[in-house]
Amino acid sequence: MGSIAIQAEGLGKRYRLGSSAPYKTLRESLPGFFRGAARKVRALGSGRADEENFWALRDVSFEVEHGDVVGVIGRNGAGKSTLLKILSRITLPTEGRALIYGRVGSLLEVGTGFHPELTGRENIFLNGAIMGMRKAEIVSKFDEIVAFAEVDKFVDTPVKHYSSGMYVRLAFAIAAHLEPEILIVDEVLAVGDLAFQQKCLGKMSEVSQEGRTILFVSHNMAVVEKLCQRAIVLQNGRIDFQGDTEEAIHHYMNKMVDANKAEGHTFDLSGATDRRSHIGRLLKRLELYGSDDVPVIEGVRLGSGLKLKVHFDLPRPARSFDVGIGFESMFGQRIFTAHSLFEPDRPSGERVGPQVFVCEIPSFTLMPGLYTIKIWLDINHAEADLINYAARVNVLESDYYGSGKAPWNGAFVLKHNWYVEQPPQLEGEVARAASIGAKSGT
Amino acid sequence: MSTNTLSQIQVGSEPTTVVQPRKGLWDLELAHLWDYHELLFFLVWRDVKVRYKQTALGVAWAILQPLMATLIFSIFFGRLAKMPSDGIPYPVFAYVALVPWQYFANALTEASNSLVASQNLIKKVYFPRLIIPLSSVIAGLVDFCFAFIVLIGMMFHYGIKPSGSIFLFPVFLLLAVGTALAAGLWLSALNVQFRDVKHTIPFLTQFWFFATPIVYPSSIVPAKWRMWYGINPMAGVVEGFRYTVLGKAGRPGPMIWVSAAAVIVMLIGGVFYFRKMESTFADVV
Repeated sequence: MGSIAIQAEGLGKRYRLGSSAPYKTLRESLPGFFRGAARKVRALGSGRADEENFWALRDVSFEVEHGDVVGVIGRNGAGKSTLLKILSRITLPTEGRALIYGRVGSLLEVGTGFHPELTGRENIFLNGAIMGMRKAEIVSKFDEIVAFAEVDKFVDTPVKHYSSGMYVRLAFAIAAHLEPEILIVDEVLAVGDLAFQQKCLGKMSEVSQEGRTILFVSHNMAVVEKLCQRAIVLQNGRIDFQGDTEEAIHHYMNKMVDANKAEGHTFDLSGATDRRSHIGRLLKRLELYGSDDVPVIEGVRLGSGLKLKVHFDLPRPARSFDVGIGFESMFGQRIFTAHSLFEPDRPSGERVGPQVFVCEIPSFTLMPGLYTIKIWLDINHAEADLINYAARVNVLESDYYGSGKAPWNGAFVLKHNWYVEQPPQLEGEVARAASIGAKSGT
Repeated sequence: MSTNTLSQIQVGSEPTTVVQPRKGLWDLELAHLWDYHELLFFLVWRDVKVRYKQTALGVAWAILQPLMATLIFSIFFGRLAKMPSDGIPYPVFAYVALVPWQYFANALTEASNSLVASQNLIKKVYFPRLIIPLSSVIAGLVDFCFAFIVLIGMMFHYGIKPSGSIFLFPVFLLLAVGTALAAGLWLSALNVQFRDVKHTIPFLTQFWFFATPIVYPSSIVPAKWRMWYGINPMAGVVEGFRYTVLGKAGRPGPMIWVSAAAVIVMLIGGVFYFRKMESTFADVV
């Protein structure tokens, strides 16, 4: 196709900070009006007008062509939802503009406008209309929607009696049968059971193959990778990267870890932001070493040893404390969990103050690629400090099997052997097999 | 995703939508509303369907409300206080006023809370927000119809024939709808910002009730003030109903024109205010 579907030019959205409640009561607002006026006068003098403003989105420019499936990724608060809200016209931008060529359907949340007292049938019509479908369109797709949602028997039951699974399936089914030229999707796949998620994914790729444009926000990198050809990485309301999906995800993962100060093999955890610290910022540092205690700079070769040194602090004497380390793929999937609880010979006794725990993996056999490391400390079997994206480790290719062939496909490698056994033979075939064997000389 | 390539856009293709900060105050985009008439229909249909779900009496409530009020007013104002009723039997006199009044009061309350009640929709889907209070106001008409049927029965019972000007009654109904919508637009938009509105509405409707000639005839207002009494559009509506439906009360006169003018001013102001606030709804509600 090649024609433009969405052209965003310097989009920006400013929110006002300060008021704790999103809405005001009149009593709060009246004095605020006078203070606001006074502040404006003062701001004129001091030149600090933007003090209480917060730009959720700034200078966002990009183009999406018809037929593109574009992922939008970024951590929470990066401005993804704001961008989608602007493009689907739910909220207006403060500056800039977006030109949209084609009918837009947005799925910012499935089941919007469902009424519990109405039956499945009635909600299909209501929800369809809310999503922007014409009545004739809904009528023609009605059977398809019901079949997709697998609610045939309950179509005349009020949805308040539906199980949550049925509810979500029906909601998604309606959404999936929208046929806008441009579809804006936010995290809808985070619903339903696994089988239904698979079905939704299938529907999404079907839609994209029909040449429709999709703008897709998700935390699930696997889904982004699978569906999108291109991706936009948002950070603090600005575009940080845009381009090929895999590069974008790579960029994003690196950025996530870069928030923690990394110097080669040492990751300083004291400033990590994406963390849950119940007792305090106890996890201090993580160091990575390869076999023979060589610091891991470039990466660890597939199959060689990996040693993780975790530095942490025990503020009070404790008898029971454990460290867990999770290795996650680029797509946010946990591949492997190492935990000090699994160590049979771990030292016991009370400890206090700075500690170093070392986790030694004799042979690191995750497939080559980039992994993020999540790390957490439990004290007395309760989570004390947890850091998502504490560090990253790059696994480098190696001749793991000693066959000169680099492994492909899969999440990890396992030592395995192949050998040949004599196939079992039926009685009548014994003679024939023997004669063939005799001829070929085996 | 190369930027700054305006030339890539096909020549002659106009964008379907331009998303940008709102510019003119005068651009009301009312024609745009028509694109969403099916949604309006479905929202009205939902409101009607859901209103009396899980009630034992169901749609009978639409009739019971004005009937009970009529009973109470007939006893206290008609019998005990001997309120004049322009020569009409007091129950009919009160009921014919209560039918449009109940419609108005319910529509006003529903419309005022409508935006806050639909905040899930507002935050998730785009459509002209005007549709939300509009659907509340229209949905109330179903109740009105049921109550009106009872009015016909009542007139039959008291042997009152409708006047020749009965064909004018839809005009007054329209005036009532306009009043409810106008007030609903102002109050619903205000309610998004200030939840105080929700608490004010009971007082407002009570005050408005007594400022409207429901339990008393407007003839008790001194003649020279009567025209200005029409600034309350509901006064015009109620007198218009008595005049066109019952035919016994006198011609309401210039009061009607004042009411009509008041509704038009309120409505235009309401639409502008609503449109001005509309862009902030999703962020504030």
